[in-house]
Amino acid sequence: MAVIELKNLTYTYGEGTPFCRTAVDNVSLSIEKGELIGVIGHTGSGKSTLIQTLNGLLRPTSGQVLLNGKDIWAEPKKIRQVRFQVGMVFQYPEYQLFEETVLKDIAFGPGNMGLTPEEAIERAKKAAAFVGLSEDFYEKSPFELSGGEKRRVAIAGVIAMDPDVLILDEPTAGLDPRGRDVLLSQIIGYHKVRGNTVLLVSHSMEDVARIADRILVMNSSHAAMFGPTREIFARGAELEQMGLRVPQITKILASLRERGWPVGTALTMEEAVRELLPLLEKGGVRA
Amino acid sequence: MIRDIALGQYIPGDSVIHRMDPRVKIVLIFLFIVFLFVAQNFVSLLLLVVSVAVTMLFSGISLRHYLRSVKAILFIVLFTSVLNLFYGGGETLLKIGFMEIKSGGVSNAIFIAVRIVSLILLSAVLTFTTSPTSLTDAIERLMKPLKVFHVKVHEIAMMMTIALRFVPTLLEETDKIMSAQKARGADMESGGLVQRAKALLPILIPLFVSSFRRAYDLAMAMECRCYHGGEGRTKLKVLRAGKRDAFAAVLVVLVCAGVVVSNIFLPGALS
Repeated sequence: MAVIELKNLTYTYGEGTPFCRTAVDNVSLSIEKGELIGVIGHTGSGKSTLIQTLNGLLRPTSGQVLLNGKDIWAEPKKIRQVRFQVGMVFQYPEYQLFEETVLKDIAFGPGNMGLTPEEAIERAKKAAAFVGLSEDFYEKSPFELSGGEKRRVAIAGVIAMDPDVLILDEPTAGLDPRGRDVLLSQIIGYHKVRGNTVLLVSHSMEDVARIADRILVMNSSHAAMFGPTREIFARGAELEQMGLRVPQITKILASLRERGWPVGTALTMEEAVRELLPLLEKGGVRA
Repeated sequence: MIRDIALGQYIPGDSVIHRMDPRVKIVLIFLFIVFLFVAQNFVSLLLLVVSVAVTMLFSGISLRHYLRSVKAILFIVLFTSVLNLFYGGGETLLKIGFMEIKSGGVSNAIFIAVRIVSLILLSAVLTFTTSPTSLTDAIERLMKPLKVFHVKVHEIAMMMTIALRFVPTLLEETDKIMSAQKARGADMESGGLVQRAKALLPILIPLFVSSFRRAYDLAMAMECRCYHGGEGRTKLKVLRAGKRDAFAAVLVVLVCAGVVVSNIFLPGALS
């Protein structure tokens, strides 16, 4: 069953003013339970606006957002419940930290859900474990942590609400390569254990190619493509027209194919090795 | 959304008043406001009201904007006018219990209302037609004589410029933080006063932290470009007063003289 379904969703900023701009235009799609979706699109393509309509931070100008088959705006007063079910991690989430201790900050979301302080702390501890924060961090002030650690605290703060759908807006932006890898594998790990739906917005085609089941491509306010990762990245020329590209390794194999080498497609380094190694072993590579 | 709040009321345009030297504009509008309070009878008040209307007309800004700025202070105007109704001498017009409304009170009320409204309209003319940067530029120049008393004029102007510059940035930041906390279920719309004040903490603390971070970054960037204060610093846009400004000055002085003359030769309406 579809966990999220969008029906002719349109969002216009500043409607009725001379500055109005449609950021999301007539998008219809459905996301199945347990999927890991990558969302790509160049700056200003409407991805951030789209994801903010999913948890009711923005109310669509027209169209509907269905969560488990129910319109989230059916009862506007209960929109907070939707936000607990659809967790949202913004870009640079470390700037939202405010509590005295890491644990208290992570427990802010669960506390708002109406849980008892003990339950909230319990959830916070679990969430901290998911993002690899050890007990030593619990009582530290969030402001004395490093950038990467702060980011993990902020992500834990959303995971702690145990949402059915987790949306991450460029969670790896500004992290060093190792921090990125660690964070991504933590997200994958969390997704596997929890079995919930994850939407990952990213500018890194490599990241998206590595972890997404399906990819949504946004281009000038429209959902330009939505399909399995491999199919999307097979349309390299179209992606490039939209100011995007395919992962570098995919492109390398594609050019090899063009030059007549018998290689298949690959989305990740591991797949590429699998494709290229037999060729090398045959000793067939000589320029 | 918070972004919709109109701040920095400058409305770009190319009217005569837009093109005036901001220093002259400030001085003349100040003079105008002083004479609003010098006027003692209805003839001089009418003269001033007409001049304010003419100024507004020349600013080329639609009446809608002016009405909005008056609307904001409508309550204060009504409150002070009603209060003034009960003061002043003259014949009794109306008696409600122990309170009396006398003819003097009525003219007092009219005067105070007209004065406040004109004052707001005049300052609106200034802020609508002058960009914040040229406003601070002009203030810096006008305050220069205070240097004799060791007032740090340039520094004050610089602080004003920076503060103005960061208003939109901080608004945007507030918006982002609010969204992030709302996504974590922060409830800012319901609850009593104490609860609402508490609900602001998750927004104010990150906002403070990031403001300090921005301040450090800006200080660093300014030092890297060898900023050392106003000593010997030249301006990119040098302010020059021209014929237009001289003409405006003459007009304002004439109106002010008119007010003084009518004050001397006509009986005062205030008591």
